[in-house]
Amino acid sequence: MTTEPTGSMLSAPVATHGALARLLAAEPTVVTAGIAVLEDALADQGVATVPVAWRPPPAAAADALARLAGDSRVEQANTEAVTRFMAAHPMLVDVQPAADVLGLERGQLLHAGPPIDWASASGPLRGAIIGALLYEGWADDAEAAERLAERGGVTWEPCHHRGAVGPMAGIVSPSMPVWVLDDATNGRRSACTLNEGLGKVLRYGAFEPAVVERLRWMEAVLGPALGAALRAHGPLDVRAMLATMLAMGDEGHNRNRAGTGILIRELAPHLVRTGGASDDVADVLAFMHSNDHFALNVVMPACKLAAEAAADIPGSTVVTTMARNGTEFGIRVSGTGDRWFTGPAGTPDGLFFPGFGPADANPDIGDSAITETAGMGGFAMAASPSIVQFVGGEVADAFATTARMREITLAEHPTSTIPGLGFQGIAIGIDVRLVLRSGVMPTINTGMAGKVAGTGQVGAGLVEPPVECFVRAAQALADLVP
Amino acid sequence: VIVAVTVHRGRYHDSVALMRASSAATDVPDVDHALAAMATPLNRGLLADLGIDVDAEVGGAPPGPDDLVVAVRALDAAAVAAAVAVVEATLAAPPRSGGPAEAEPPRTIEAAARRLPAGADGTAVALISVPGPSAFVEAMAALTSGLHVMVFSDGVPVDQEVALKAEAARRGLLVMGPDCGTAIVGGVGLGFANVVRPGGVGLVAASGTGAQQVCALLDAAGIGVRHVLGVGGRDLSSAVGGASTLPALAALDADPEVSVIVVVSKAPAADVAERVSRAAVACTTPTVLAFVGPGHPSLTESVMRVASVAGQPWVEPDWRHGRSPGRRGVLVGLFSGGTNCLEALGVLEPVLGRIGSNIHPDHTRRIPALGGATGHRLVDLGDDELTAGRPHPMIDQRVLLDRLIAESHAADVGAIHLDVVLGHGAHPDPAAALAPLIADSPVPVVVSLVGTAGDPQGIERQTTALNHAGAWVMRSNASAAVAAASLASGAAP
Repeated sequence: MTTEPTGSMLSAPVATHGALARLLAAEPTVVTAGIAVLEDALADQGVATVPVAWRPPPAAAADALARLAGDSRVEQANTEAVTRFMAAHPMLVDVQPAADVLGLERGQLLHAGPPIDWASASGPLRGAIIGALLYEGWADDAEAAERLAERGGVTWEPCHHRGAVGPMAGIVSPSMPVWVLDDATNGRRSACTLNEGLGKVLRYGAFEPAVVERLRWMEAVLGPALGAALRAHGPLDVRAMLATMLAMGDEGHNRNRAGTGILIRELAPHLVRTGGASDDVADVLAFMHSNDHFALNVVMPACKLAAEAAADIPGSTVVTTMARNGTEFGIRVSGTGDRWFTGPAGTPDGLFFPGFGPADANPDIGDSAITETAGMGGFAMAASPSIVQFVGGEVADAFATTARMREITLAEHPTSTIPGLGFQGIAIGIDVRLVLRSGVMPTINTGMAGKVAGTGQVGAGLVEPPVECFVRAAQALADLVP
Repeated sequence: VIVAVTVHRGRYHDSVALMRASSAATDVPDVDHALAAMATPLNRGLLADLGIDVDAEVGGAPPGPDDLVVAVRALDAAAVAAAVAVVEATLAAPPRSGGPAEAEPPRTIEAAARRLPAGADGTAVALISVPGPSAFVEAMAALTSGLHVMVFSDGVPVDQEVALKAEAARRGLLVMGPDCGTAIVGGVGLGFANVVRPGGVGLVAASGTGAQQVCALLDAAGIGVRHVLGVGGRDLSSAVGGASTLPALAALDADPEVSVIVVVSKAPAADVAERVSRAAVACTTPTVLAFVGPGHPSLTESVMRVASVAGQPWVEPDWRHGRSPGRRGVLVGLFSGGTNCLEALGVLEPVLGRIGSNIHPDHTRRIPALGGATGHRLVDLGDDELTAGRPHPMIDQRVLLDRLIAESHAADVGAIHLDVVLGHGAHPDPAAALAPLIADSPVPVVVSLVGTAGDPQGIERQTTALNHAGAWVMRSNASAAVAAASLASGAAP
């Protein structure tokens, strides 16, 4: 597998000075945007046209878009951003306690999405905080945990602020084991908790005793076993794993079945050699096997490393974070560094588990939209057409979704490709300007958490960010134009 | 309420299909809950939460992850049966027809550029007619995608025009416009363009209707046109400085098929006129500067020079004579082409003296576009004040028709001069609505009919319809202006 990004289709080739002579030498092809009568006039002449389905951008963004169009830095900055994005080479190296990897101390938690306080936190986020306090032994019961959280006895900040990511509520506490991923290209590190499985789990806000018991087993048995196996295995090439997953029908967000299989295959012999008691090894393997989403928590930090590589480039309009905290959807953009641009989180459209309906669903939550930020998930739906059934769609919709996501991105990944699209690379580098100009919002495949703390997962489906995030980001980018 | 559970051992469906089936069955009337799921520990837990004990409901070994469970809690047996039927129907649904969808149209210029055929490099043009506030953004997107650009839109601030043209220069691309109504490139008419016969004349046009008048007169004389490169009405202003005119001129000069170049523009700023004149002199191809307005020759005179340089005879086409003059009165001109209006001003002021116009270069002679002026008056109906939020009068005749009714019945008016522009993009049958109003007009009407033999509206048909209604019809706007002035004074032209 090559590690050199080809930079294919970063931007159209710049015409040489012979372009004007070439224009006059032959019948041109015409791209049209605007009034229909002019398009009709070309059709009447039998001229080859490519009509754009143009629509005006949100009025609040028009001025910012004009200022950005006049910023000569943007094109080069974005080329740099997507080049770095695609050059990232995440390697899975270890499993270690969050305290050591992320510098978490007693009384500190991480959570998904943009910053949020207790008063604004939704049910699942509160539930997960309560569960983490019980798990760490910082509170004896749910009421005590709630009081502790309410009066500021513990602090929390976004996973993204420490280079980490967390699915759904995304709560990370110091004792939790986390996957450790290093970027072989630039030395950055990212981390993510281990996936607990489906149903009643902490990340969906459940905190009953079985949930806490499972977390303790993960800390005592699963984490150390996986860490030892990985160290014996040596760094696992996640860049290659993502490419293989796409070829095997995973999109890396709502379908991680192939990726989970790859992890088991890679780690099993080393687990057997290093994992201690055979019952424990069997439990570890069975736990991984029982959860088709086990690999999600490796895909997410791999995507985080790629997106993070593109961060902090002055003038760049490339989105480096999309994340939700259950109340707000937030994005961050390369050219504006650590600033969050937020809007109210939407509620996914999809299928519900029996006994649940739309009224039970919490607004969108989790850092897992980092997969879409890096071209996986909803953006790579064409690799995983079964996912589209969550919203009653057809296979053709999956292809259409992936094609539509290419509208709002700048490049195609050189190694992560989609076989069904003739090995076209996944769409990389969401451009704030293209989102606003096209009216196409990123499509995010996601799970749905129950609204009430402790409920767990109630369904899965598709969701979009609120347009405000992109409008605000464009305004902030425009304010930085020299 | 009853609960019914069936187990299908060894039958597998994927979880998404099962969720869809469960969801559909739960929607059946009188069904409380329906769950079709593989009997994994998780799903057994979900059933337990719904108060359904799978092991108690079914005999034999407890079902496991390889077994399908269909559990329904409903009002009665009929509802259970209906729910189970829905589960089976959903699971049995044949695979949907699939495969890649018909491609959706591109939503951005950038996406459209990716769909251009291979080898389109440098030969593709973006024709942008989005509302003015977005035109700069889209034109810039076209340039960064490697496309030449024609900006048909107006209302683009001049600093944005300067920025666009600077960017185009960096990339070796051409920006036509903003506010560029006409271009013909490689035989393709963009915007409002006449169907010209192929030939050796190349135009650089800062004026769309001016270029159309030149094309029409050349066509009438049997002289063909190779390219019309529009540059936008402000290109020869001091602020823009001919940023598109100069490269367009050079490109036409370099095209071996171009034998004569014509630069058509409203009279430019003096410094820019000087620069363009020098560039024209430096061209190896003979170049005629056709600047329009008071103090300059008419376009008809300029076309005579082009014909002479091209070594072709030029004779003005025959006039169609219309209704005889009546009372003496003022001349009213109603123009959809601003350049036709300016040209008429230039031709008529030496004859008639003071004339008011909403686009008069002498600001002391400006009149309101919306009406209410007295004396000789020539109105550009394409003025922003009249077109804001509605189509140009070359597409939508309403402004012209309303104004024609009002002015033809005004007590002080002796004759009316109006222009009708044909070609791609223009109104499909302008004479149809005009003819009855002309027939009804108390005063003579003179039409400058700007079009070619190949235009889709049928120039002969348009001429005949207008002429039968009583209009004088001429191909030369300058001649039409002179004829109208004569008619207004009560004399036959």
